[in-house]
Amino acid sequence: MPVIKDGQLVENDWTFIPDSVPLDGVSRPVVSLARWQGESRALLGRNRWLGLRLPNIADPAVIGAELHCFALIELEFPTFRDGRAYSQARLLRERHGYLGELRAVGGIGRDQYFFLDRCGFDSVRVAGDEAELACALEGWYEAMAEISVPMQPASDRRPPASSLRERRRAAAGAS
Amino acid sequence: MTARIVTANGLRDGEVLYLARDGRWSRDLAEAEPAESAEAEAALMAIAEGAMRCRTVVEAYAMALAVEDGTPRPLSQRERIRAAGPTVGTDIAIERGR
Amino acid sequence: MYRYDEFDSALVNERVAQFRGQVARRLSGYLDEDRFKPLRLMNGVYLQLHAYMLRVAIPYGTLDSRQMRRLARIARVYDRGYGHFTTRQNVQYNWPKLAEVPDILAELAEVEMHAIQTSGNCIRNVTADHFAGAAADEVEDPRIHAEVIRQWSTLHPEFSFLPRKFKIAVTGAARDRAAINVHDIGLQMLRNEAGEPGFRVVVGGGLGRTPIVGPTIREFLPKAELLSYLEAVLRVYNRLGRRDNPFKARIKILVASVGGDAFAAMVEEEWQALRGGSLDLPEEEVARIAAYFAPPPFGALPAQDTEFEAMRFEDRDFARWCRTNLHPHKQQGYAILSISLKPVGGVPGDATAEQMEAVADLAERYGLDEIRVSHEQNLVLPHIRLRDVHAVWQGLVAAGLGAANIGLVSDIISCPGLDYCNLANARSIPVAQRIATRFADLDRQHDIGELKLKISGCINACGYHHVGHIGILGVDKKGSEFYQITLGGSAGEDASLGEIVGPAFSYDDVVDAVETLVETYVGLRETGERFLDAYRRLGSAPFKEALYAGH
Repeated sequence: MPVIKDGQLVENDWTFIPDSVPLDGVSRPVVSLARWQGESRALLGRNRWLGLRLPNIADPAVIGAELHCFALIELEFPTFRDGRAYSQARLLRERHGYLGELRAVGGIGRDQYFFLDRCGFDSVRVAGDEAELACALEGWYEAMAEISVPMQPASDRRPPASSLRERRRAAAGAS
Repeated sequence: MTARIVTANGLRDGEVLYLARDGRWSRDLAEAEPAESAEAEAALMAIAEGAMRCRTVVEAYAMALAVEDGTPRPLSQRERIRAAGPTVGTDIAIERGR
Repeated sequence: MYRYDEFDSALVNERVAQFRGQVARRLSGYLDEDRFKPLRLMNGVYLQLHAYMLRVAIPYGTLDSRQMRRLARIARVYDRGYGHFTTRQNVQYNWPKLAEVPDILAELAEVEMHAIQTSGNCIRNVTADHFAGAAADEVEDPRIHAEVIRQWSTLHPEFSFLPRKFKIAVTGAARDRAAINVHDIGLQMLRNEAGEPGFRVVVGGGLGRTPIVGPTIREFLPKAELLSYLEAVLRVYNRLGRRDNPFKARIKILVASVGGDAFAAMVEEEWQALRGGSLDLPEEEVARIAAYFAPPPFGALPAQDTEFEAMRFEDRDFARWCRTNLHPHKQQGYAILSISLKPVGGVPGDATAEQMEAVADLAERYGLDEIRVSHEQNLVLPHIRLRDVHAVWQGLVAAGLGAANIGLVSDIISCPGLDYCNLANARSIPVAQRIATRFADLDRQHDIGELKLKISGCINACGYHHVGHIGILGVDKKGSEFYQITLGGSAGEDASLGEIVGPAFSYDDVVDAVETLVETYVGLRETGERFLDAYRRLGSAPFKEALYAGH
C-alpha cells in the first residue's frame, strides 16, 4: 500500500513483521510495541532502519526515552472515528520531541488529512486502485488548502489566528 | 395479518420513503411492498442496499406492518408517526392559520 | 458582542466551501454514508424521523437583530416558516434539504453565524448565562471566556474524534443560570482570596442514562491558564474515554470510574507539561475579545420610571406579565426582559419567521440590538429601559409572544420527542401542551408559583427532565407511550437529580398525575414555599401517596 508523504504518492518501503516472524533480509521492518519491549537489544543491534507500530491505547511515554531508535513510528486508527492517535502524535512531537517519520495507518481518509497534518503526521497510508490513489493525492492537496488559518496551536507550523493577530498588533505598534 | 416492509429516508431531502414494487420508492405507506417471509425480506433489503449505494436513499431498514381490512398500519408508534407526519408542529399551526 | 475579524470570516467561509465539497462528494458517490455521517454531524446536520434537521450555533446564546432576521429568512426560504430554540442556546430547523444546507450555511456565514460542531463527537456550542452582562451578581461577563473557548475548540485537530460529544458551560456568578454542574466541563467564575479572577472547574456532570452532578476537580484556576487546563482535560478524555460502548463513552463515566481525585491528578500531570506554552493567549488578545463585551452605551437613568409604574398600575395584564417576565438589571433604570416561547397550546421553544422578525425589530429599536437565547427554550432582551418596557410588551403581545409565564408551570421545557426525533420513545410536545392547557388559568399559575417542569421523550434527556422540579420521562411500555415522573431536581447551583416517584403513567393519565402532584403541594406548603422547597422538606411520601394510594 503506498503512502502520501510530503505531497507525493510514494511506494511504501516499510514492512510490518508479525511478532514471531524473523526479520532477516527485511531492510525496513516495522515491529509491534510488544516485540520491541521483549527484544529491544537484539533489534537495535541489527539494523538502523527500524519502525515501530504503537497501539492506540499505548502511552507514548513508554518509549519516550527510546525515540531515537525509530526512523518511523506508525500510529493506528482502527476506524476514522477513533481519534486517540491524534493525541499520541502530538505527544510524540511536542512532549517527547520525536523527529522521525510519523505515519497514520488504518481507516483514515481524505477528510481527516488536515487534522493529521496539524497533529504532526508526515505520511498516511492509502488504499485503492490506480484511479482511487490518484484521487487520494488530489484529495490531500485539497484538504491542505481548505482552511487557511487555524484557531489553535498544534504540532504544525501554521500560525493560529491568535499569533497572526499578535503579529498585526506588533506591526501596528512599530509603525 | 402482519408483514415486513422496507423504509428509508431520501438522501437529498430526508423525506420518509417506502420500498414499493419494482424497486421504486414511494412516499405512500399503502404502496409499500410487503414481505411475508425471511427470504422475501432479504430480497427487499438487497434492493434497498442497492438504492443506498446508488445514493437514492439512506438508512434503510425493515419494519413490521399490520394489515387490517386492507389498510396498512405500522405496529410501532414511531413508524405510525413517521408515516403520518408529526402529530404537532408550528408549521401545522401556520397552515391552519392560513 | 463579538465581531468577526478577517480570520474568523475566513474560517466560516472556508468551512462552507469544505462542506459544500463534502456534500457534492456524498451526492456523487465518492463518499459513502458511513464516512459522510460524522462530517455532516460536525456541520450540525442530523437525519431525523421525517427529514434532516439543521442545528445552527448561537454562541453562548447571543445574537443581534441582523442575525435574528437572517434566521427568520432561512426559516422562510429553506424550511417551513419556523425554528426551534434549544436548551443549549442553539436554533434548529426541522425540514432542510441536504442539498440546500451549504446554501443555508453560506447565508449564515454572511451574518457571522455557522453550524460548526453543533453535533458530532467533538466540542459543542459553549453555553453561558443568558443574563450575562446584565446581571448584577457577575464577577465578569462569562461570554468573554466562552468566546475564547469557542475559538480554541473550533476545528481542533486533536479533539474532533472524541469518544462522544463534549459540552462546556460557563457561569459568571455563583448563581448558576448555565447548569454547569451537569455539563462535561462546567466553569464558574470567581475570585480567590487575593481577589484574582479565575474559575472553579467542574468535570463529569451530565444527564442521560447515568445522571451525575459533576465533581469539582479544581477549586481555582487562574483565568489566564484556562485553555491549557482545558486542553489537558480533553487530552486525558480523548486518550482514556471508553470507546467500546457509546452509552458509556461520556467523560462522566471516566471521572466516575477513576474517581474525581484521581481524575484531577491525571489532568494536573498533563497540565503541568502544557501550562505556560503556546496555548496562553496574549493579554492583548483577551482584551481585544473582552472589548466586544464591554457594557453597551447605557443612559444615566433614575432607578424608577414614573411612566412604567403608571402603566403597571393601569394595565393589569401588563402588571402580571411584569411579575414573571421582568428581571432586575445591574444598570439603574433598565430591566432584563424574558420573551416566553411557551404560549399555551404552542410548541415549546418554537418561533415563526414573523415572530423572529418582531423580536429583531424590538431589540433593534429598544434593546441596544441584543438578543439572548435562554437555556429554557425562551428568548431574552437583556437591556430594556424601564420606560420602554410597556411598548416592548405591546409589540410582543401583537406578535403572539406575550405569554406571561416565565418560571411558572406552563413554562415547560420539552424536547421535540417522538414527533420529530429518531431517538425518542414517546411524544413530549403534546404532553407539554396538554399540561399547559390544564393550567392555563394565569391566576392559578401564580398561586402555584415557581414550578420548573421538564419533559424528555427518551433517556437522552435533551429536555433536562432529571433537573426539573417535576421531570417527565417518556418511555415505551409494550408499544405504548408511558411517562415516568421524577420530583425534586434542580439545575442551578443547588443542583440535584430528581427522584422517581413510582410507576409510569399512560399518555392519557399523565396530565391528571401532574395536577395531583401540584394540588398535593398546594395543600401542604408553608407560606412562600416553592414546589421544590416543599418537596425537599416533605420528601416523596405525600406525593407518592396522592398518586398511588388506593390504585
